Amino acid sequence: MKRRWNIPIWVGFTFVIAAVFSYIPLFALFPVTRDVPWANYLLFLIGGFLLAIGVMRAFRDPERYRGKLSGSLFACLSVAVFGLFVFGLAYASKRIPSPESALRPGTVAPPFTLLNTAGRQVTSSEILKTHRALVLIFYRGYW
Amino acid sequence: MRGFEQHLNDFRQRGVEIAAISVDSPGESRKLCQARGYTFPLLSDPKAVVIRQYGVLHPHGGEENKDIARPAEFLVDSTGTIRWVNLTDDIRVRARPEAVLQALNTLNLQ
Repeated sequence: MKRRWNIPIWVGFTFVIAAVFSYIPLFALFPVTRDVPWANYLLFLIGGFLLAIGVMRAFRDPERYRGKLSGSLFACLSVAVFGLFVFGLAYASKRIPSPESALRPGTVAPPFTLLNTAGRQVTSSEILKTHRALVLIFYRGYW
Repeated sequence: MRGFEQHLNDFRQRGVEIAAISVDSPGESRKLCQARGYTFPLLSDPKAVVIRQYGVLHPHGGEENKDIARPAEFLVDSTGTIRWVNLTDDIRVRARPEAVLQALNTLNLQ
């Protein structure tokens, strides 16, 4: 009898890949799914569940289902991918200098003149003449 | 910064301007503005002079070991005094505009 494709293995691995690659272009755009990436963890969970079903099936019933080798391989890869994702969140994205050197509330905000995207000079004191306040967002750039 | 763009009217109605600062050149910032649809000013501090003055330098944090800014938000009142600061310990987690609006409400600025 020809052995059947073990679909859950492939679908499960697809979920795992989607879980890791959807974070930056999609879920990181929304604070609700960015700060705690529960949507990605959910995708990992679904993927892991399907992979587990597929691999169990392949080992319990190898005469009917394929996937002993591919399933094991994809399961290991998935664990590695999940590990990298968690590492990225827990370690890599926290590699920034301590905030101790930053100016504190109550201190004078250093005035500045910088170029905007049109190449024109923008001066902080000019903005503050016509506004009640100015929110300064410092960001890393190159995104 | 997408969130701030979406809440830009809430800030402008309160007479509050938003400006974002990075080491990116005006040209790079222009591309980012076009791609993301930002309409508040993106300001260029290529040598990280202002970034240093505010104490938010991330030495060698960028490509090719370039000095860049760490993520941070400051609220400056019309007298030029810093009134509120947000310093994340995680690159991914930034101040939400709602938090800044709430700070504005509680600070009771002139």
